[in-house]
Order: sequence, then C-alpha cells, then structure tokens
Amino acid sequence: MLLIKCPYCGVRDQTEFRCGGEASRARPDHPEHISDPDWAQYLFYRENPKGLLRERWVHRYGCGQWFIVSRDTVTHDILDSLPMGDLPPKGRDAP
Amino acid sequence: MVATSYSAFSLLRHALTGHRHWPRTWRDPEPKEHYDVVIIGGGGHGLATAYYLATRHGIRNVAVLEKSWLGGGNSGRNTQVSRSNYFYPESGAFYEHSLRLFEGLARELDFNVMFSQRGILSICHSAHEMEIYRRWANAIRMNGIDSRLLSRDEVRQRVPQLNLDCRFPVTGGFIQERGGISRHDAVAWGYARKASAAGVDILQRCEVQGMESSDSRVTAVRTNRGRISADRFALCVAGHSSQLAAMAGLQLPIVTIPLQALVTEPVRPVFDTVMMSARIHVYVSQSDRGEIVIGGGADLYNSYAQRGSLNTQLDTLAALVELLPMFSRLRMMRHWAGACDMAYDVSPIVGKTPVENLYVSTGWGTGGYKAIPAGGDTLAWTIVHDRPHELLRPFQLDRFSSGRLIDEGAASGVAH
Repeated sequence: MLLIKCPYCGVRDQTEFRCGGEASRARPDHPEHISDPDWAQYLFYRENPKGLLRERWVHRYGCGQWFIVSRDTVTHDILDSLPMGDLPPKGRDAP
Repeated sequence: MVATSYSAFSLLRHALTGHRHWPRTWRDPEPKEHYDVVIIGGGGHGLATAYYLATRHGIRNVAVLEKSWLGGGNSGRNTQVSRSNYFYPESGAFYEHSLRLFEGLARELDFNVMFSQRGILSICHSAHEMEIYRRWANAIRMNGIDSRLLSRDEVRQRVPQLNLDCRFPVTGGFIQERGGISRHDAVAWGYARKASAAGVDILQRCEVQGMESSDSRVTAVRTNRGRISADRFALCVAGHSSQLAAMAGLQLPIVTIPLQALVTEPVRPVFDTVMMSARIHVYVSQSDRGEIVIGGGADLYNSYAQRGSLNTQLDTLAALVELLPMFSRLRMMRHWAGACDMAYDVSPIVGKTPVENLYVSTGWGTGGYKAIPAGGDTLAWTIVHDRPHELLRPFQLDRFSSGRLIDEGAASGVAH
C-alpha cells in the first residue's frame, strides 16, 4: 500500500487518493486546429516509463486538491510530492 | 524433430522404465544469426504465433526470444478463464474464434490443457444492473454466441452456496455455458512443444537489450546471447510493450498497471462454475488442483512491480466472503500480481506498426489469456500477409486517431 504525502494535508493512506496519470502531458492550446494523430497523441499515447514517473494524484477523500508525485514504478518508492504548477507540465528533466 | 506423441501407450511404456527416459518437451538450441521471423516474448501469445507460423504457413525459420522462462510472465499469472461474452461484434467475433480454438486445443497440441467448460456466470445486484445484463446477454446472442439470462432462482440453483441476501442482494445474472477454465502452463508448454517440433527455436534466458534500425525497419536485436537479425519482428511482451517499442523508436497508447490474484489452499471439489460479480468486483473458480482462484479489480496506477496494494486485495476478499461465506476460513496459499498493458479502450492492439517490419500484440490488459489461440493464429496470418487479419482489422493502432475505439471496459461491465 502506498503512503502518499499530500502537499496540503501531509502523509495519508493511498485509499484517500486517486491516480490521475502522467503529469508530463499538456493539453494543446487549440485542439480544433491540430491533426487527428496529434490529438490522439495527447489523449492516448503515454511514456509509461519503467522507473521514475511524475504523475498527478488527487486527494479525493481529503482536501480535493490535485498535486504531482514523483514515484518509481518498479519499487513504488515515492520521492517527492509537490503542488500543481511548481513543475512545468512538459519535460521530465527537472529534479 | 517430430515430438513424441503423448498417449496412454507412451505413459505405460515410460512407466515400465520408471519414467526416467521422457524426451525433452522442447529443444534448447543455440541462437542462429538470422531468422525469417523473430518473436520477442515467450508467453502464450508469442509461442502460439510461432506455432501457427510454422504449422499453418510453413514458416519454420522462426525464433521465440524469452528473457526468463517460458510462460513465466502473465501466461502463468492469470486466472485461466476463457469466455467470449463480449458486447461489441468485433470483440465477440475475435474471442469466439479463440474459444473455438480452445475447444479443440488439447487434440491439436496433443497436450492436455484441461479445458473445462463449466460456465461463466455473471451475477448482478440491482434491477438496473439486471436491465443492463439483459441488453448485454442479448447483444452476445446477436453476435451468434451462447448466453442465457438467469433469474434469481436460477442463480440459486446454479450456485447453491451463494449468499443471495448479501449486502447488495443478488437479483439475477447471465451465463455463457461454453466458457470455462484451463491450465495456463499447459497451454504455453503445449504450444512450445509443437512449435519446437515444427522447427521453431525457443531461446530462453535471451533478453532483448536493444534494436538496430535503418530506413524505418528493424534489422536486428541485440540480446545477452548475441546479435540476431531477421526479416520481420513481432513484439508479444505483456507488461513491457512500451519499453520494447521504445527500442524501435515507437511510442504506444499503453499504460502498465498491476492486476492481483490469490489462490487458497486446495480443498475438495465444492465449486463447479466460474462466478463473477462486476458490481462488487470479484471473480472466483476452483482449479483442478482444488485451489479456489480469486481475482478482483486492478490497481489503478502505473506499476512494473508485479505486486499491488493491500487495499485492493482486501476489497476483493471482502466481496468474496460476503458472497460465498463458506470460503471465509480458507487460508491463502499464494498471492501475486501481473503487469498488464492497458489501452484506453481496454481492447487489444494487434497488427502492423509505423515501423515497416515490426508487428505488435499488446493491450491485452487483464484478459489476454483467453485470447492466446486467436491472438497467435491471427498475428501469424498478419505477419505472413503483411496486412491485418480480418478479425484484427478493428484492433489496429489507427483506431486511436480515427476515434473508432472498442470500449470494452464499459461494455464488459468490468470496472478495471
């Protein structure tokens, strides 16, 4: 079971949260002007890394806030959790 | 290279010599430098593809590369269920083809896969769910596949052990009588044995570590057992499709999540069907060894760990003992998780890729076992003809940009 640190409420049990998937995706500014493959790329294609993954979680049965967790998909270790906006949505190069 | 035929006579003959002289079930060759087709992944789908390439299409210069041992991934980690009770016609046609192949599989492979068509019973817990099940059961019949709606009393007759007046009282259900379970190891071994006898090289402990490409073609794979080149490559790696595809410069619409299952200590035969409840999410059957095999919902986060979270197990077991209190005092013997490749619409992706000579079989999610025979048969056809088999046309990668998804996640009533 994961112990997840909500940046607002502190460490809580996984059952209070829901996972919202990869944080590296950014919604295209003008979806109506992009091609179908580009739209599919945003909607469905994922990096699905084996190792460090930065992902969105929501404290659904708590404060209701979304935030970003850095988690290892092999060991399930959680490295940090930060409020939304503290990291650029694109690029996995930041710490 | 003809495999020794298995029969009562051969059993008797080997019994006379103390069972000390059984031949290897499949050969253990050294890798060649070049093959016509290299299949990456020695699970059910990879082995079945190799078998059908060799036996149906005469392509025998084939290698199956397995980083570990045969059937050690999801092929040996599933709950062994076969069924074709899908909602959409595309899925119905594909999985019905698989179920029919399962019906003749022991004979075809000369290997007892212990396929037992004991019925797949889906139960429901409200009048509204009953309406959805009526629609679902009728859709299956419209697909030309057997299914029958059951009243609450008929469910009681079928499963007298069931606690109908549980927290969410059982209102009825529907059944596919031809569905059932088989022995997963036997399916992998049976395909491996016949494929090997037909000339396929099965290379265990052979891990693909990189790919060489030129002109949007894969030319060779680098493995811990050397470089192997081929004309065509097929990815049949449950759980790690994204990693292997990335070696060829491809990204896939796939996420990898864990699905857990549990097995109890063996008991005498007490449960003669496969029962599932989508609403409170548990499914249960009894294996031929007597173990109660239990599955539930998936853990909804990315993971390659082959383990899930405790709360998911507890939810599954709470549902089990509420429905079947007689199992409440059984001890759990094994517990594990498989890494499942899930597409957004919970339907598989099988066929060609943007890389010219690379074929993919992925997205089997939480239900790839039942698809092994049809997946292998149709992927072999696709590799030979370089265009998708008729049954696979709806399951191509381009459905994600065309928007023609096959949303079986909702239609099967499975809330993974």
